Amino acid sequence: MGRYILGRLAGLFSAFILVSMLTFGLMHSVPGGPFDEEKQPLPPEARANILRKYGLDKPIWEQYLRYMWNAAQFDFGIPFQSPTETVTALIARVWQPTLQLAVVVILFSYSMGMLFGILAAIYQNTWIDYAVTAMATLGFAVPSFVIGIWMILIFSVTLHWLPTGGWGDPVHYIMPTLVYSAAPMAMVARYTRVNMLEALRADYVRTARAKGLGERMIVLRHVLRNALIPMITVLGPMIPDIATGSIFIEATFRIPGLGRYFITSTYTRDYPMIMATILLVAFLWGITYLLSDLTYTFIDPRVRLTGGKGAK
Amino acid sequence: MSVNAAKLTNGPKDPALKKRTLWRDAMRSFLKNRLATAGLVIILVFIFMAVFADLIAPAPYYKSVLSDNLKPPSWQHLMGTDMVGRDLFSRIIYGARTSLIVGFAVQGIAFLIGLPLGALAGLRGGWADFAVTRLLEVMTAFPSFLFAIFLMSILGPSIPNVILAIGITSWIGVCRLTRAQLIALREREFVVAARSYGADDARVIIRHLLPHALPPLIIMLALGIPTAIFGEAGLSFLGVGINDPIPSWGKMISESLGYLRVYWYMGLFPTLVIALAMLGFNFVGDGLRDALDPTMYNV
Repeated sequence: MGRYILGRLAGLFSAFILVSMLTFGLMHSVPGGPFDEEKQPLPPEARANILRKYGLDKPIWEQYLRYMWNAAQFDFGIPFQSPTETVTALIARVWQPTLQLAVVVILFSYSMGMLFGILAAIYQNTWIDYAVTAMATLGFAVPSFVIGIWMILIFSVTLHWLPTGGWGDPVHYIMPTLVYSAAPMAMVARYTRVNMLEALRADYVRTARAKGLGERMIVLRHVLRNALIPMITVLGPMIPDIATGSIFIEATFRIPGLGRYFITSTYTRDYPMIMATILLVAFLWGITYLLSDLTYTFIDPRVRLTGGKGAK
Repeated sequence: MSVNAAKLTNGPKDPALKKRTLWRDAMRSFLKNRLATAGLVIILVFIFMAVFADLIAPAPYYKSVLSDNLKPPSWQHLMGTDMVGRDLFSRIIYGARTSLIVGFAVQGIAFLIGLPLGALAGLRGGWADFAVTRLLEVMTAFPSFLFAIFLMSILGPSIPNVILAIGITSWIGVCRLTRAQLIALREREFVVAARSYGADDARVIIRHLLPHALPPLIIMLALGIPTAIFGEAGLSFLGVGINDPIPSWGKMISESLGYLRVYWYMGLFPTLVIALAMLGFNFVGDGLRDALDPTMYNV
């Protein structure tokens, strides 16, 4: 077990290095820097001074090593788009709307997904079941920005109930939450339904029925408890995905979050900001993959991590 | 279920039974699946639109009549016109071409890289397997979509660049699946038996391994195409996808964002076709999965 974790951590670390090297190398290999003539007309001496200040006059490997050394100490440099603060501060600031939305989305999608899944299982093969399945299919297959446009067309353009976008008031949460929840809710509903159906057919439920327990008691006492425990493992991998936000949702509803700033950073070639965002996401994803794999082994002992040929 | 029932009632007397193969069975159960058939029809319509766009479209996709801009749907412009007076119906038809080219080309890259790498790892084992497994591990933690956006901002918008940016990480699933399939298959009795009567590597691979490894790979291909189409639409929606004036559904949606309040049709029609395309491909993928391999529910 310990060896397995060490191996995975080594893999994570090399992934991290590869991502950083690729991004860094590509960023600096292309023409068009943030201090180009057409963007900021400056005398040559002033430009040289700026390049020296940001270390852009050094050879690329030296820039990379220096960057990583600083990054290891949580110093990701200064964002070109907002030179009065650090990248760390800027990310912390723009991550807030994303995280606030993420908390609402996780709570909403999880509770509603479970509710729908439970209903679909109890009323299996009725219209409720079919409606939930149809919704889940739609939530999975249709891109979030497509559903987002439909919401805007219905609730803003036709009914005039909600603003088309923006951030700050509680009303601004409604549409992004509904749209962003569609996919995770669909997933939770589908898993809950399958787990519930399995539990409903289990021997202990038959025993409970045999001893004359009411259907209500059976579902509340026996089925729910057994069906919902495995749902913990589904939650894990969802969190970093939702916590780093959806670029699409933020673009559709004009939310000033992490994803939207990533896009503007790529437009303006804000190297420090691009680099830090990609590293942050790679780090969070990597750690979560590892953690969710480990959780599976604790919950389901049949999953073996180490072992013979062809394991895993 | 129904296949088993047919087997029981008809018995071996049924002459059709002799001709039963995996593919024939799969086709029958696929066509019985109403959603899958509907999906197939949708896809065929989109393919038809893409191939014959020049004949169907009432106007060239690039033709802009500035005096005719932002017109609501009418008989002349079935889906209205956009802010520079281009016929949206024509652009949607040509958009099918963009989407399908990207969808198929990305899967081409995915299989071109993933299949040989996975086969190498699965058949050779040893150091090759070790290297490929490590590579897969590294790529799993790779933030592919963020990286694609970043790559597009460097390469500049165009169809080949979109294919490259999405394709570069698209082979991971194919590679992992090929490897896993071959590892599971190469120890099976029929392969060992084939080797014992002296079949060489080429014969074992072509006659025994490939036919068994194929169904899951076909499912992966069918579900990979909508993923790639989604990727293109997403990149274009964010403004780093397809270059003007080539139409892309994702780009049309992003252009509509500022106009939705009054010009609702600019957003409605492109979102509808994307939703239809995604559902069509997903239904076909799910149908193929049910038809080809009833034991496999999670790829």
